[in-house]
Amino acid sequence: MRRKSFLQCSLLMSAAAVLALCLPARAQLSTVQLQEWLNSPAATSHIGNITGNAHAAAMPYRRYCVGCHGELGDGNGENAVWLDPKPRDFQLAIFKCRSTPTGTLPTDEDLYDTIARGLDRSNMPIWNTFTKDERADLVAWIKHFSPRWQKEKPGTPIEIPPEPEVTAERIKAGQEVFGRVQCWKCHGVQGMANGPSASTLTDDLGRPILAYNFTDGSRPKCGSTDRDIYKIFMTGLDGTPMPSFSDNIKPDEAWDLVFYLRTLQPHNAYNAKEKQIARQLGLKPVSPQ
Amino acid sequence: MKKQHYSKFAAILSGLVLVGFGALSLDQNVSAAAEGSIAGTVKFDGTPPHMKGIDMSKDPYCVKQHENSPITLENVVVGANGGLANVVLYISEGLTGNEASAASSNEPVFDQNGCQYIPHVLAMDVDQKFKVTSSDQTTHNIHPLPNAMTGNIPWNKSQPPGAPPIETSWKAPEMISVKCNIHPWMHGYHAVVKGPYATTDKDGAFTIHGVPAGSYTVTAWQEDLGTQTAKVTVAGGSAAKADFTFKAK
Repeated sequence: MRRKSFLQCSLLMSAAAVLALCLPARAQLSTVQLQEWLNSPAATSHIGNITGNAHAAAMPYRRYCVGCHGELGDGNGENAVWLDPKPRDFQLAIFKCRSTPTGTLPTDEDLYDTIARGLDRSNMPIWNTFTKDERADLVAWIKHFSPRWQKEKPGTPIEIPPEPEVTAERIKAGQEVFGRVQCWKCHGVQGMANGPSASTLTDDLGRPILAYNFTDGSRPKCGSTDRDIYKIFMTGLDGTPMPSFSDNIKPDEAWDLVFYLRTLQPHNAYNAKEKQIARQLGLKPVSPQ
Repeated sequence: MKKQHYSKFAAILSGLVLVGFGALSLDQNVSAAAEGSIAGTVKFDGTPPHMKGIDMSKDPYCVKQHENSPITLENVVVGANGGLANVVLYISEGLTGNEASAASSNEPVFDQNGCQYIPHVLAMDVDQKFKVTSSDQTTHNIHPLPNAMTGNIPWNKSQPPGAPPIETSWKAPEMISVKCNIHPWMHGYHAVVKGPYATTDKDGAFTIHGVPAGSYTVTAWQEDLGTQTAKVTVAGGSAAKADFTFKAK
């Protein structure tokens, strides 16, 4: 009898040991490590003159974020099964909206902007109910989910030259870039997300994903301004099929492309001049070759 | 006087002998690192699985490159006499750190050619520089998908026609799946290993160069068929033998 319970006990112990060994594979901080980290300077974020403190965000995270992003920040909250695209996995720390090159961590400001902006065509809402300080606190908090924030520095933001004047020449040059680097392979010659490769696109985890449709009036994923669109194709949307074109589009040409992409969108708050010039030019779609 | 002379002579002689031995042992170290190798063949036993043909109709340029020679997937490529191609061989146990590093000697190239990856599997050392090039007149995006937890970080870059090569390296050993989202059939691997390595040719033959004398475990990795290991002892300067057979699933 006694022997049996001893055996059971040792079995349990060894099972616990195996479990304990398996857990660090996902690099979750222990309670002690988390406390240590919370008291360290790493547990802050800096956005302009705002400083965010991770410990202030523990409760808001549980209240507002856990349902989708999960207790462990792995994107497996209880709502996750119902969502598509899936909530971000903070453990991998791969983010779409960055000002930094592909394959690097985003800046604090990038994450701060994403919280306020929300992600169009996903279940990430516009969190404009938070104060600036609360947003900064959440940015600091989500960084404890991935060991990458301890090992790597955020990438250096790409340099964006001042925006030039929109001209007919620049729009035509932008169209040439659109044809040369073959944006239309996925986005289609008219930007309708119906290029030859559009139907088979998958994200990094193999789930089907749609190319951006310029013509349906939806907001671009990472912000609506000209600079936001510039950043999208020069940094890529990591975790998705959208690559970085920074090796193959020069900064000046990148502005040309932004202006041409504006002509594909329906009238909005940003593209009056581009639409007018395109109409005057009688611009035809690029030929798919 | 004569005795003194004798002792001087003995001192010089012993000095010479010491220097000689020193030179000899140095020489041995150098030649062992340069000449030791592990060679063998990897075979496939059974009926090779059917490799599907590739429908490239999404991109007329790709179709044109293979008009007269249709191609198939390359998950399992079996050559003449059952030799298995694209198997990566590396030393999984017994490395001492004295091995000749491939990192400085050459820069492997991963080319996009005819809307295929050439080679299908590119082996490399940790931190070894390699190049991604495109010989095609169509846009590719090169999208390696390592697990971000290993230390290798996924990235995604486009290579339109005439794009300059991408030169980079990987930080940690990992079999990294690489794909092109524009051409969904394009799939290959960056096999990042620690230390000397080899990849089998179309007949399944391989030679791992630069292995110093010692006892090792060699691992053979094939993308669909998994891994196999063998114990090998390399004597100074000679080629040790290691053969592998993967059975049909």
